[in-house]
Amino acid sequence: MELTVGPNQFFWSADRWSAFYDDLAKAPVDRLVLGELICSKRLPFFQDRIPDAIETLVEAGKQVALTSLALVTLKRERKATGALADMGIPVEVNDLTALAHLPDGAPFWVGPMVNVYNEGTIAWLARRGATRICLPPELPLDSVARLARAGADAGVAIEVWGHGRLPLAISGRCYHARMHGRTKDNCQFACEDDPDGLDVKTLDGQPFMAMNGVQTLSDSHACTAHQIDALAEAGVSALRLSPQSKGFDAICGLYRQRLDGKLDADAMVDKIVAIDAGLRLSDGFLTGARGADWSGNPAPR
Amino acid sequence: MSPPPGQIPQFPAVLATAFRAAPLAPLSLSLTMFSRGIARRHPALFRRLGEYSHTRFVLDPTDLPFVIVLDPNGGAPRVTLMRGQGDGAARIAGPLAALLGLVHGAFDGDALFFSRDLVVEGDTSAALALRNAIDDSELDLSEEITRYCGPMKGPLQKFFTRIEHYSGVSLTRAEEGLAW
Amino acid sequence: MVMEIVCPAGTPASLRAAVTAGAHTIYCGFADETNARNFPGLNFDRSEMHEGIAFAHARGAKVLVAINTFPRAGDEALWHRAVADAESCGADAVILADLGLLDHAARHHPGLRRHLSVQAAASNADALNFYADTFGVKRVVLPRVLSVPEIAAINAETDVETEVFVYGGLCVMAEGRCSLSSYATGRSPNMNGVCSPASHVEYHDEGGVLDARLGGYTIHRVGKDQPAPYPTLCKGCFSAGDKTGHLFEDPVSLNAEQLIPQLQKAGVTALKIEGRQRSRSYVAQVVRNFRAAVDALDAGLPMPEGMLARLSEGQAMTTGAYKKTWR
Repeated sequence: MELTVGPNQFFWSADRWSAFYDDLAKAPVDRLVLGELICSKRLPFFQDRIPDAIETLVEAGKQVALTSLALVTLKRERKATGALADMGIPVEVNDLTALAHLPDGAPFWVGPMVNVYNEGTIAWLARRGATRICLPPELPLDSVARLARAGADAGVAIEVWGHGRLPLAISGRCYHARMHGRTKDNCQFACEDDPDGLDVKTLDGQPFMAMNGVQTLSDSHACTAHQIDALAEAGVSALRLSPQSKGFDAICGLYRQRLDGKLDADAMVDKIVAIDAGLRLSDGFLTGARGADWSGNPAPR
Repeated sequence: MSPPPGQIPQFPAVLATAFRAAPLAPLSLSLTMFSRGIARRHPALFRRLGEYSHTRFVLDPTDLPFVIVLDPNGGAPRVTLMRGQGDGAARIAGPLAALLGLVHGAFDGDALFFSRDLVVEGDTSAALALRNAIDDSELDLSEEITRYCGPMKGPLQKFFTRIEHYSGVSLTRAEEGLAW
Repeated sequence: MVMEIVCPAGTPASLRAAVTAGAHTIYCGFADETNARNFPGLNFDRSEMHEGIAFAHARGAKVLVAINTFPRAGDEALWHRAVADAESCGADAVILADLGLLDHAARHHPGLRRHLSVQAAASNADALNFYADTFGVKRVVLPRVLSVPEIAAINAETDVETEVFVYGGLCVMAEGRCSLSSYATGRSPNMNGVCSPASHVEYHDEGGVLDARLGGYTIHRVGKDQPAPYPTLCKGCFSAGDKTGHLFEDPVSLNAEQLIPQLQKAGVTALKIEGRQRSRSYVAQVVRNFRAAVDALDAGLPMPEGMLARLSEGQAMTTGAYKKTWR
């Protein structure tokens, strides 16, 4: 199985952003998706760094694509989405608006924010030019296996959410701005203070979600340490690792070792938790009763 | 239609006291027979309960000194009146007038719930199924009661309508056409 | 043209109540996972659908069948059958969200009118035109994240009819793009047609303090005489940083009644009422109110005063994203 690094979901400074991708040039990953997925207001802060990053990563032998926004509403967002098609590298479609701008039959990737739940959708996307599809994280293992087979039949590589806070929802409203008593248009980039999102807890103090501007994520970090054999068996071709601010290149290394059979699941989990002691893990969407569940031991809640 | 805040009629306390000592077994039996009649005439009601057609419900008229335990029993319902809490998977509690208004489509269950005139405990999903099934069946309890009353049917219905008018308690099916 | 009132029906009785109360169009679904209000005790079996549509047609009303969940891998036949049965029951259109199902319906049921569900979250003119060009979609239900000027801008760039929500529950997240419910309960709008399902709700009343929990997570805690909101995840009370409150959305429901004239100017064809899970009493009241409003608008009369506050969740109203400050 290969490793794909998904687009960074959070708002980082341009320097931090550049340094992150410079480091990843040496990481044992096969491809990366760059660009802004969540909020079009963030893009101007780092978009002039994107060409250099692409160059560095391509030189290091990685495949690179650019993501569309996950929710396109404004005119300038439509324009930016249309411009992606002219960048000369594959587009990862995370809102179907991007498809409207791609010539029929031109190859593209599909990201986890597009609803791909069944064989009919895969067949249609394949006919339209999709070559890779990262499935929505909420799919159970049984569906993943069926869709991996459908992908193989249609010549589409199927990828699964492998690691990182789960993207659970996207809105027109910015929660970071709302929390600070600001409107979205005058947000003053409140989300920049939280490089991994801001923890949201219940009234009992139980960690539950994380807010990231217009996006809501899970509190737990998805981790497929215990699922890798089943996913390989199902014919999944790549795991998607989602950027986090601490120890991400180490995490890429751990997944590579695990895929190569050099590390067992429990040892891998121990090392992941050691990177950030506060981290809670989940893999419930694949095999649990619900997304928040964790098949490992002990169950972190 | 939906009652203004705090204006759901309460069952008169003096009359409620009378039920404290009343034997409940005969009443349970006649309610069971009554509900079997409803089941025969409204089979869709029990079909609609689906996976909850064998779930016991506790209906708790909070202004009366007993609870009504309803076991749909797959379409051959059993009704038991008892003092105390009763035992069931779901409990729906509220003034008798709220429960009757719900049955007759005079009130909206969600609205009663949001205003806390109605309280649901236990298996919320089962309670919802019962609410939805009853709402679809367009029951009229007065009509169900008077249908076997022969020549007394007309006068009795008038009697119910009059009580309904004076008490503000819904005893017959609300006609949507007259709602506003 | 009078704006079209599109009204929910969770049961045959609600459908009849809505038609009688003056709804131009009713939307409803089959009693299974194919529709996004797959709640216990709700929805239509095939013969009920057939009779319901006949009842509506006899009175000049239309019926739309919502088949707007995302078919499960391996079980697409259930969704395909729903489309075929909607057509044979005489439905005026089907409301779909899934790409594969849209493609199937366009190829196998070309004569059956297709509407795009809000679950597809098509939120700009490019997306609307894409669905129209690719699958022959005639109407799009717009997601509840757009302001009135944005809706006007969309209508200026498309020939597709638009339908917008004006009353009822309010999704604060882009619809069809939300897995909060399956994260907490394993059951989701996209896969199972339920959000924050009643089967995972628990209420605990202790000394008048009512806790509402979903999947074990405390979503609300209210005092003795406060309204009791249903524990819908995105409207819960949570804490983050040093703030505690309704971080995503207050327990409010949408009421855009007073915006109807602006929505008409923005080029909107149809006004949609949420609430297939609500009672026939609710449906009749809301329909009557909105029908009076659009009739008044058409006759050049002032909008009637709103009368719907008490039916709402938590008894507070919002105009949602239609006013830009909501964001």
